[in-house]
Amino acid sequence: MSALPSTSLWTRLSNPGHFLRWSGAAGPWLAGLSALTLGLGLYLSWFVAPPDYQQGETVRIMFIHVPAAWLGVFFYGSMTLSAIGTLVWRHPLADVAQRAAAPIGAAFTLICLVTGSLWGKPMWGTYWVWDARLTSMLVLFLIYCGIIALWRTMEDPNRAARAVAILTLVGAVNLPIIKFSVNWWSTLHQPASILRMGGPTIDPSMLYPLLTMIAAATLLGVTLHLYAMRTEILRRRVRTLTIREAERLDAGAPVLVPGPAAGSTPLGQAL
Amino acid sequence: MIRAFRALVARDLTLAARVGGSGALSLVFFLMIVALVPFALGPDLNLLSRIGPAILWLAAVLATLIGLDRLFQADEEDGSLDLMTGAPVPLELVVLAKVAAHWLTTGLPLALASPLFGLLVALDGTAMAATALTLLVGTPALTFVGAVGAALTASIRRGGLILAVLVLPLMIPTLIFGVSAAQSALSDTVPFATPLTILAALSLIAAVVGTLAAAAALRWSE
Repeated sequence: MSALPSTSLWTRLSNPGHFLRWSGAAGPWLAGLSALTLGLGLYLSWFVAPPDYQQGETVRIMFIHVPAAWLGVFFYGSMTLSAIGTLVWRHPLADVAQRAAAPIGAAFTLICLVTGSLWGKPMWGTYWVWDARLTSMLVLFLIYCGIIALWRTMEDPNRAARAVAILTLVGAVNLPIIKFSVNWWSTLHQPASILRMGGPTIDPSMLYPLLTMIAAATLLGVTLHLYAMRTEILRRRVRTLTIREAERLDAGAPVLVPGPAAGSTPLGQAL
Repeated sequence: MIRAFRALVARDLTLAARVGGSGALSLVFFLMIVALVPFALGPDLNLLSRIGPAILWLAAVLATLIGLDRLFQADEEDGSLDLMTGAPVPLELVVLAKVAAHWLTTGLPLALASPLFGLLVALDGTAMAATALTLLVGTPALTFVGAVGAALTASIRRGGLILAVLVLPLMIPTLIFGVSAAQSALSDTVPFATPLTILAALSLIAAVVGTLAAAAALRWSE
C-alpha cells in the first residue's frame, strides 16, 4: 500500500485508505448540503406548492414518494455497476460500495411502497393494487432482501462479495423482464391504473418542488452511502485485525506485548 | 466434450435413481400442494377449474425448490465438485449437464404428471394439455434460475431457506407467462402461441444466463 505517484486520480481516490481520508473530509460538506436542500425542498413542497385541484393536500405525498422510488432504482443501478467492478477488476471498494448500498436502496424502496399505499388509499380507495408499477417495486424490494440475506449468511467478505455480485447481475437482467411482463399481464386482465406523471405535463408550481426534493433525496442517499462505506471499511479492518491477533496468539505469542510488537499491525496495513 | 456431458448426465441420473430420488419426492410434494388448495378454497369445482392452471403452476414453482439445494451442495461436500472444477472440460458444461439431469428428474416428471393432477382440479382436456405444454416449456427456466441460487448457496450450511428467498423473486416472470399461456388456452381473447413463445424465450434466456452465472458462482466461491 505504498504511495504510487504515477497512478491516476481515480486509482488514488479509490484506494481504501485514501477513500477514508477524502470521504472523511467531504462527508460533513455533503451532509450539510443535503440538509440545506432537504430543508428547501420540504419548505417548497409543504408551503409553496399548491394543493392539487383533484387530490387536495394528499398530493404532497408525491414529494416523498417519487424521490424514494427514484432512489430505490438508483441504488440498484449503482449496485449493478459495483457488481461489475467486483467481478471484473476485483476492486476492494466496489464490493464495499455494493454492500453499503443494499440496505439504503431497500429502505428507500420500502418508503416508496409505504407512501405509495398511503397515497393509494384516498386516491384509489385501496392500499394495494396488483398493478405493474407496484408489483415491480415489490419485486425489487424482495430482490434487495435476498441480496442482504446472502451478505449476512456468508462469513468471509470476499466470497460474499462475489456471490452477491453475481446475484445482483442476475437480478438486474431480470428487472426489465419483470417490469415488461407485468405490464403485459395486467393490461390483459385488468385496465392498468398506472400512476403516470410525464415530466412536462406536471405544472411548474409542483415540478420545481419535486425536482428539489429529488435532488435533496439523491444528496441524502449519497451521503448515507458514503458514511455506510466508511463504516464497512472500518468493520473489515477490525475483522482483519481480530483474525491477525488470533493467529498471533495461536502461534504462541505472549498475550501482553509491550510497545513495538503491539504497534506492528497499524490500521493502515490491515486492509 | 459430448462424452463428458453424457457421462455427467448419466452419473446424476443414476445418483438420483439410487439415492432415493428427489424426483419422486418433488412429485409427491407437487401432489400435496394441489391437494391442499381445495381444502383452503372449498371444493367448488367451477372455481377450481378456473384457477386450475394457476394452482398447477404455483405447485410446480414450489416443487422445483425441493431438492434444488442439494444440486451442487452434495458434490461440494464429498469433494467431487473439486474434481469437476479441475477436469479439462469447461465448468459451464458441467453445470449444464447437472442442471439438465436435475430437470430430467424433477421438471420433466412434473410436466408429464400434470394432466393427472389436472383431474383433481377439474380441468377439461384442452386446459390439461395446454397446462402440460406450458409446464414442459417453462420448467427449464425455473430449474436454470434455481441453479444460480443453488450454486450461490452451495457452501452455506442450511442454505435451503435462503435459496428460496433468493430464487423466488427471479421466478416471477416465468410464473406470469406460464399462467397466462395456460389461461389463454381456456379463453379466446389471446392466441395461445403468443405467451407460449415468450415462455420459451424465457427458458432459453435462463439457460444461457443461468449456466454462466451458476458456473461463475461455483468458480469464485473457493
